[in-house]
Amino acid sequence: MDKMPKWADVVLIPLISVILALLVSGLVVAIIGESPWRAMQVMVKGAFGSAYGWGYTLYYATNFIFTGLAVAVAFHARLFNIGGEGQAALGGLGVAVILLAVDWPHWTLALAAAMGFSMLFAATWAAIPAYLQAKRGSHIVITTIMFNYIASALLVYLLVNVLRVEGSMAPESASFAAATHLPSAADFAGGLGFRGSTPLNISIFLALIACVLVWLLIWRTRLGYEIRAFGHSETAAVYAGINPTKIIMITMLISGALAGMMAINVVMGEAERLVLDFVEGAGFVGIAVALMGRSHPVGVVLAALLFGALYQGGAELQFEMPAISREMIVVIQALVILFTGALDNMVRMPVQKLFLALKRRRDDAARPNPTE
Amino acid sequence: MTDAPAIELRGISKAFGPVQANKDIAMSVARGTIHGIVGENGAGKSTLMSILYGFYKADRGEIFINGKATAIPDSQAAIRAGIGMVHQHFKLVENFTVVENVILGAEDGAMLRPSIAKARRLLTELSEEYGLKVDPDAIIEDLSVGHQQRVEILKQLYRHADILILDEPTGVLTPSEADQLFLILERLRAEGKTIILITHKLREIMEITDTVSVMRRGEMTNTVKTADTSPAALAEMMVGRKVLLQVDKTQAQPGEVVLSVRDLRVTRGGVTRLKGVSFDIRRGEILGIAGVAGNGQTELLEVLGGMIAASGGSVSLFGQPLDITGTAANGQTRRARGIGHVPEDRQTEGLIMPFEAWENVAFGYHFDPKYNSGPLMDNAAIRADCADKMARYDVRPPNPRLPARNFSGGNQQKIVVAREMDRAPDLLLVGQPTRGVDIGAIEFIHKQIIALRDQGKAILLVSVELDEIMGLSDRIAVMFDGQIMGERLPQDTDQNALGLLMAGVTEGAA
Repeated sequence: MDKMPKWADVVLIPLISVILALLVSGLVVAIIGESPWRAMQVMVKGAFGSAYGWGYTLYYATNFIFTGLAVAVAFHARLFNIGGEGQAALGGLGVAVILLAVDWPHWTLALAAAMGFSMLFAATWAAIPAYLQAKRGSHIVITTIMFNYIASALLVYLLVNVLRVEGSMAPESASFAAATHLPSAADFAGGLGFRGSTPLNISIFLALIACVLVWLLIWRTRLGYEIRAFGHSETAAVYAGINPTKIIMITMLISGALAGMMAINVVMGEAERLVLDFVEGAGFVGIAVALMGRSHPVGVVLAALLFGALYQGGAELQFEMPAISREMIVVIQALVILFTGALDNMVRMPVQKLFLALKRRRDDAARPNPTE
Repeated sequence: MTDAPAIELRGISKAFGPVQANKDIAMSVARGTIHGIVGENGAGKSTLMSILYGFYKADRGEIFINGKATAIPDSQAAIRAGIGMVHQHFKLVENFTVVENVILGAEDGAMLRPSIAKARRLLTELSEEYGLKVDPDAIIEDLSVGHQQRVEILKQLYRHADILILDEPTGVLTPSEADQLFLILERLRAEGKTIILITHKLREIMEITDTVSVMRRGEMTNTVKTADTSPAALAEMMVGRKVLLQVDKTQAQPGEVVLSVRDLRVTRGGVTRLKGVSFDIRRGEILGIAGVAGNGQTELLEVLGGMIAASGGSVSLFGQPLDITGTAANGQTRRARGIGHVPEDRQTEGLIMPFEAWENVAFGYHFDPKYNSGPLMDNAAIRADCADKMARYDVRPPNPRLPARNFSGGNQQKIVVAREMDRAPDLLLVGQPTRGVDIGAIEFIHKQIIALRDQGKAILLVSVELDEIMGLSDRIAVMFDGQIMGERLPQDTDQNALGLLMAGVTEGAA
């Protein structure tokens, strides 16, 4: 069969990459004169040591699952959607628009409407680069990244000039009505120690459902089959009668909608109003999450959890060890991205060789010796 | 000059992972001879030549050049040892001139002008000496394929090659170009050069080589004098059993017209590829399209298969028009109308290489209700169908879960053939059905095509292999420069006559 068992590809290689990244991070921490061991303890404790830590870790992970799935779905069609940042921002706008415009009697109805609007706005934002790619051949990497800036500028304009509350200095919308507030972890899992301050809310279940749906879409439906076929070979797709324009458009609409769902967690679930720059880089982290998770929903969940922990643990770290600045946290996160994404082959090649050597030795041992 | 052989290999072995590509190979080629190497795909010919040219390092074994043990760690060392290689796919810079290509990598200094002047002088001498006429200042992309190949040979001679390795050199040539190449090779031999010719065309081996070695499963099984052997004997040595080189078939019984093509035109990238092509194919008939690659056959298959749009003309199937320009011109609607399509390139068109065999069996037919249950694909049903097809079409190994890229070329092609032919389409489009396929699989695929014809189906066969066209077709149309130059019956024509048509020479001019 292939070069190595699947578990090595999915678990072992990312694990080695993360360990290497942490070792280098430790080196950097040591260079600035702090104890890497203590820093590590603070980060792990901060992320997983308390219900408070878990709340934030899972809250961030929810964001990264959505944006990671968005990138992963596009990857299957070999489309590099790095516009998750802008698409999520537009998703947030959609959430705010519908929650402010209608007087919702119950959060379930509000949630359904907010989901529809966040996905609609975000998918529309993704549709323009998709159309330009499908019809004009404009490279989607370039257009989606430019659309991030346009989205950002658009939100600044709307928050400052249109949605800002009269008399307020802050560039944020009015707070949503209490009836639209999503149940938080304190409501549905208070027994586990989550308190009212936790940002974790029921959106995490939506994220997990999205994982299942994406898995079904990619590996069980005709559309997913066509998306994967197109991703591997456009010529072959055309031969089979698959319409490239259709696949590019649909894939990017799904990808954009997933990125937009991230706004449900942040805008509706946590902030309960639209604030400036609420995406906070989650769109970009999604790229790393999808890369590390091999574009598979299970991998995406695991990678999202890792990055959630890095975000939360990192925040604790700069609080506990002032010598380690915010920029240092970014360095650590960047190292993880570097090792799991860009330097993947550095780990992969030796591991592959190792498995091949082991296999050959096993085969040789199994083969009867003709001279005997 | 010594009497030592130009090349002697002793005990060459090379393994890639668990695959033993070359096993204890011994070979000796006398100076001034042409030595052929034949073998099926994956028999280890390319590996052996790559070792000789320094691309791979042998695990074991020694190479002697002119009786001297020589290490060849890289291609630079091979060039120093006087070995030159002409690859199947030329390594030329398309927008450079001949002389620029020849000196590329062998410039004398930082300034080009003196090198070019010297090269031009040398090239003229070499051209005259070996009958390799090429304009040194022509741009490569303006030259015919045959002339490009001459540039490749000149490049090697310019680097003082005494031993030339040619890998499938006639694959891209017209028969007359191939004849000219053989004249050149004979001249090179007369001048004392040693030539190793790798080919799967047994006719060429018989025509030009002095000795021939047969490789099978990584081993060199036989080396014989060409004069003492025959194509049938060579084929048997290659495959390990008796092989039918000629296809057995009865006289065609053509019925009603299935496909009718009228004045079909295709323009792609601003270039007119089809310039008004018309023909009919009837039930129970194979129409073979002969021609050198790149004369519009690819576009003909693609437009009939719904992959590209036509710019004019009309096509009808059983008298009903076929959309060749609009939105219904795609592979799905073609399949729905009963058109099967074995594409020219199985690796980039016919198969998704990372997909497992079963996923490829559904490719293009993934909307078939028997492959689906509700909104989801019925993977179990597809796998069962795949296992069934693999058994009936002798795909080895018969494992539906193996990715397509892990099958040999012949077995990949059998997967495509099984998928496209098992539904007994009314019209089958077949492009290069046996390109890069081993002899055993060729025999099998040819039998399948004949069997489909005998079921009363219409078949359009495009191939650059004249033997294949002659052996399978009931009628032969020759394409040149986007047009059909003429139609012949296989029993009334021969390779030379077809070769002239393939080069664009019609009776009037000839």
